[in-house]
Amino acid sequence: MTGPGQADRAGQAPATSIEPAASPTTLQVSHVDVKYRVRGRDRLALHDVSFHIGRNESYGLVGESGSGKSTMALALTRYLPRNGRVSSGSISIGGRDPLAMNRSALRDLRARTVSMVYQEPGKALNPSIKVGRQLGEVFEIAGSDKADAALRSEAMLRTVQIADPGRVMDAYPHQLSGGMAQRVVIAMALAASPSLLILDEPTTALDATVEAEVLDLVAGLRDKLDTSVLFISHNLAVIAKMCDRVGVLYAGELIEEGPASEVFDQPRHPYTVGLLRCIPRQGQRKDHGRLDAIPGFLPQPGDQLAGCIFAPRCPIAVQQCRDAPPPAFDVGPGRTSRCYRHDETSGLPRSTPADVQLPAPATSAEPVVTMRNLSKTFASKGGHVAALAGVNLDLGLGETLGLVGESGSGKTTLARLLLGLTAPDQGSAISLDGKPLGADLAHRGREQLKALQIVFQNPDSALNRRHTVRRLISRPLVKLAGLSGTALQDRLMSLVASVRMEERHLSLRPSQLSGGLKQRVAIARAFGGSPRIVVCDEPTSALDVSVQAAILNLLADLQAKERVTYLFISHDLGVVRYLSDRIAVLYLGRIMETGPADRVFAGPHHPYTEALLSAVPSLDGQRRTRIKLAGEIPSAASPPSGCVFHTRCPRRLSSGICESTEPPLAEVEPGHLMSCHIPLDELRIMQNIGASDDNRAPEP
Amino acid sequence: MTDVVATAPAQITPALRARRELPTWRLLLRRPSFVIGAMILLFWIVCAVFGNAIAPHDPLAQNLLSINKPPSAAHWFGTDSLGRDVLSRVIVGARTILIITPLATLLGTVLGTALGLAMGYFGGWLDTLVSRLVEAVLALPAVIIAFLFIVALGASITTLIIVIGFIFTPLIARTVRSAVQVERQLDYLSSARLLGERPMRIMFVEILPNVIPTVVVEFTVRLGYAIFAVATLAFLGFGVQVSTPNWGSDINASYGLLGAGFWWTTLFPALAIAFLVIAINLVADSVQQAAAG
Amino acid sequence: MARYLLRRLGLAVVTLWILSLIVFVAGQILPGNPARAVLGPLAAPSAVRALDHQLGVDRPLVTRYLGWLGGLLHGYMGKSYAYQSAVEPFIRAALINSAKLGALALVIIIPLGILGGVVAALNYGRAVDRVISLTGSSAATVPEFVSGIVVIVVFGVTLKVLPVTAAAGAGAPFLTQLRYLILPAVPLVLVLFGYIARMARAGTIEALESDYARTATLKGLKRSVVIRRHILRNSLLPTITVIATQTGYLIGGLVVVETLFNYQGIGKLIFSAAIAKDFPMLEAGVLTIGVVYMIATLAADMLTFSLNPRLRVEGLE
Repeated sequence: MTGPGQADRAGQAPATSIEPAASPTTLQVSHVDVKYRVRGRDRLALHDVSFHIGRNESYGLVGESGSGKSTMALALTRYLPRNGRVSSGSISIGGRDPLAMNRSALRDLRARTVSMVYQEPGKALNPSIKVGRQLGEVFEIAGSDKADAALRSEAMLRTVQIADPGRVMDAYPHQLSGGMAQRVVIAMALAASPSLLILDEPTTALDATVEAEVLDLVAGLRDKLDTSVLFISHNLAVIAKMCDRVGVLYAGELIEEGPASEVFDQPRHPYTVGLLRCIPRQGQRKDHGRLDAIPGFLPQPGDQLAGCIFAPRCPIAVQQCRDAPPPAFDVGPGRTSRCYRHDETSGLPRSTPADVQLPAPATSAEPVVTMRNLSKTFASKGGHVAALAGVNLDLGLGETLGLVGESGSGKTTLARLLLGLTAPDQGSAISLDGKPLGADLAHRGREQLKALQIVFQNPDSALNRRHTVRRLISRPLVKLAGLSGTALQDRLMSLVASVRMEERHLSLRPSQLSGGLKQRVAIARAFGGSPRIVVCDEPTSALDVSVQAAILNLLADLQAKERVTYLFISHDLGVVRYLSDRIAVLYLGRIMETGPADRVFAGPHHPYTEALLSAVPSLDGQRRTRIKLAGEIPSAASPPSGCVFHTRCPRRLSSGICESTEPPLAEVEPGHLMSCHIPLDELRIMQNIGASDDNRAPEP
Repeated sequence: MTDVVATAPAQITPALRARRELPTWRLLLRRPSFVIGAMILLFWIVCAVFGNAIAPHDPLAQNLLSINKPPSAAHWFGTDSLGRDVLSRVIVGARTILIITPLATLLGTVLGTALGLAMGYFGGWLDTLVSRLVEAVLALPAVIIAFLFIVALGASITTLIIVIGFIFTPLIARTVRSAVQVERQLDYLSSARLLGERPMRIMFVEILPNVIPTVVVEFTVRLGYAIFAVATLAFLGFGVQVSTPNWGSDINASYGLLGAGFWWTTLFPALAIAFLVIAINLVADSVQQAAAG
Repeated sequence: MARYLLRRLGLAVVTLWILSLIVFVAGQILPGNPARAVLGPLAAPSAVRALDHQLGVDRPLVTRYLGWLGGLLHGYMGKSYAYQSAVEPFIRAALINSAKLGALALVIIIPLGILGGVVAALNYGRAVDRVISLTGSSAATVPEFVSGIVVIVVFGVTLKVLPVTAAAGAGAPFLTQLRYLILPAVPLVLVLFGYIARMARAGTIEALESDYARTATLKGLKRSVVIRRHILRNSLLPTITVIATQTGYLIGGLVVVETLFNYQGIGKLIFSAAIAKDFPMLEAGVLTIGVVYMIATLAADMLTFSLNPRLRVEGLE
């Protein structure tokens, strides 16, 4: 039996989801406004937000930065900073109103009814108190004594699948890995059996394989413990995987809501459409089925807009949209959309072309960069840490090599060695155009410096905040290209145009620019000296999804125009697949697999690649069966013997060869190299067993 | 693995494309502590510059007929053991301190910044060696080091400036070094290296502008300590031996009489020092607050 | 733990050795001939030379340094030029005197400073915070003799409730000694309050804004429990180090207060020795302060080490 406004697991509520529901609803948010007081003025962070979460239901709140999603979480537990307040609307958790409570009732609410899990798990735990005590505290608040709390804590740790609970109880937070720490935090959150669990970007700081396990854990526990979940994230794929229903936040307003699968398959708001078009899906490549950017910028806080908040950036906005803000229209069972033209959202016009002609990378025989036996060892407290061990890799002219790996894989070290920021170990050799490259910057000539440049992940860190944009872009022109006078000016202006910036940006400083603009400055700077190879180190990871697409396409266009080679490092497999011609997979400082992008993604692939691909949530639904990896990533200070992956490999051979001998990086198909003892044909059979469950053919 | 998407800061204050520039005069003027401090400071600067014109009597004029007279209508602050008017001496006495302290602080700041930049940027043996030296020296209280040097070199304006400047150098270097080490974590330095920039240029053109706010704050804070040092040295008998009145030296000459009840010759110069120091402190604090927020 | 301790001890010894070098060399740079200082300006040059020889001042530098160092390691601090007797008793007496005054100041300042800093942090940005912070930083830069004079004039001369000298006289009972030491302690407390309160405040603010404080609050704990159990132990760690670094000042830097209140502490001893060019006394005194400082910082390091699990227990890497 479903009451008004209450959605059951199948998502078929008969009425709109805004009407106040009966008390079995776990969370009810009605027309909530949240304001912050900044420099004497009120700024609206959330406006007229209404949604509800039923019992045992999982609700996703999706948005980019500035959408207000974390503000919502803080408001629910009344943990807004001093300058923030809920200025109107009402909140009801399990029938109680947190905004009207006195302090002891609020404490009770936080202890028993609502729990939160945040981003960086290591920091969420008190570094000076043992884990067991911190977990036990939750039980003590609920009335247990110390001994009882200790027992229940240990049991709770087992529930979150920590193998050795006794050891963890006695440990300090800094002794735990990220994944383990997040499990402890989840244990603390669920210990009091709350009716509402709020997760705010809980896996953003974790590796892909660890993330998958934590998400599986949360999904499993939710079923078992009958808890409602509010899942906040910028990652649509994760939300699609974890949530029954989803609400999309844009600039503080809930612009669309509905069952997750429906909203992502058939979005009914132009922003949602735009957002989905920014995320690389299967079949999309840099020249075919391109990502589409959302033009314009987020509204500035304090901007008073008369009409729809998305109107300035909307491709189908009309006068009506600009005059009055649209109400939440009913567009289906349990679905709403704040758009006058919600019927016209399929077939929304794009702002950039879907297909472009990009020259294919030259298939000339000679690679432009060769790396042989590249190793880097760091001396550390416990001995030596081999960040990279005997890596052999080539970069071809004009191609994009995607470098994939989790933490400890050595991908950043590889980039730094290539650029000369650190010197490799003895016996390593890097050559550029057949000539050996100096070990570090001090040993490289100007031509070699010119040839290799980088775009860093975080533009706030990569641009000197005291310099103007003009100076930042001009410096390489002076130093590397040796330009001056009018030649300098001309080249400067053409660079600015090629990254689609304007002259007026030149006199600004980085702090006055948005994230996307800053990254464009970084790109312009990298291309200033006409490099041959550009290392892109997670260039879009620190940016919003909507900005990401524009930057990726810009990188692809620049590559075509300037005929540069990219070493593209990313943890985001979707982005890597979109942009790369070839892929290299790193694990614990060694190459597991190299080959053309389509071959590596389609399979058969190295067992590690297989696990990685299965771990990444995708908007296209789960095509692959989840390959769970045993244990954690081993410490680089004591790598496993033989094949370094054998400790976690689900396909480990019973003959024992995987433990004893390190497999060579061998060519298993033309252009496709793998470091695995299992022959390619056997892998094909093993991995196809999983793939044949679906009826879809392997994608190109 | 830290591929943190920029969500956290934007959530607490809505995404501002804020113009965070250097503290403007307008920001400072809004703070009452700055205004009060600046006004007191201005008063003393005026005294230092125009002292002789403002003072009611000649600060050097002795009058052996009216020694150690308590405050009265003729002498608001009384007279000292040589019959000189205390008020006039207090007014004119601002000059010596206000000459020595900014120069000493400036010297220490310039040297300390250069040293801190080098230590922070190069690290390695330079950093370790200098840090060891600094620590060894800092084991001793600054005042002891100061007077040991002054005893050796004699007390003149130049030596005071140099000695105090040198004592400040390691202190300021330490702070600058920490700030530089923070900057070293950022990628723009790697970018500069990849352009082939030379270390000198990186230190002064890339790092220094980002470290300047720290330096400014250090300067204003050390200014107060410089006054502390100069006054203390004068009190101990190492005041500048010139004829112009000097607060510290005056106190040095007269504190022995406190027990006998002659308080005005000691108290008023002491209060003058106190007010000057507090004023500078208010200004320094405001600058610090404005730079931080 | 042992390895860390050994390393810190080694570093301290090295630093002490550098200090001894600096002190010795500095002593040699000070102009003025010791024998002349003793005998006076009218003595005959031959007498001066003879005394120089007797004092051992005419030996080469390195020999003198090694002799001095060797003597030190045997506990022998040298012979005062001015008093013509062993330096050691003077140093000992002065050290005890300074220690008494320093200890009194510490006993007052530690709870006061920490309390002030924590209260300021808990009221971050509000009036209480601004007042405490400004008071602290202002008081810290007011020279000790200034505040000393003010309290003397108010309490000693005008109100006549407390004595204006610091020494109570030989063999005086503890409470009387205390009474005499109160006024001299006031300038010290003022100077140190700002510094300690500032560190405590900064540490507490950092802890308050941390993620783990948020976790603790959202667990449903009372604010007082959060502060007591989660915040304080993390916020006060840096304050311990700061307190230790101030001991050098509290023992040897009291020269101003000792002069003003006519108290025979080690600062005053060094001061007079410098003026009298009494090198052995001077060097011994300065080195003593250095040793005290090293011991204090070492103790603080050990305390921090034992209180901070991140140092004590090996992490992941």
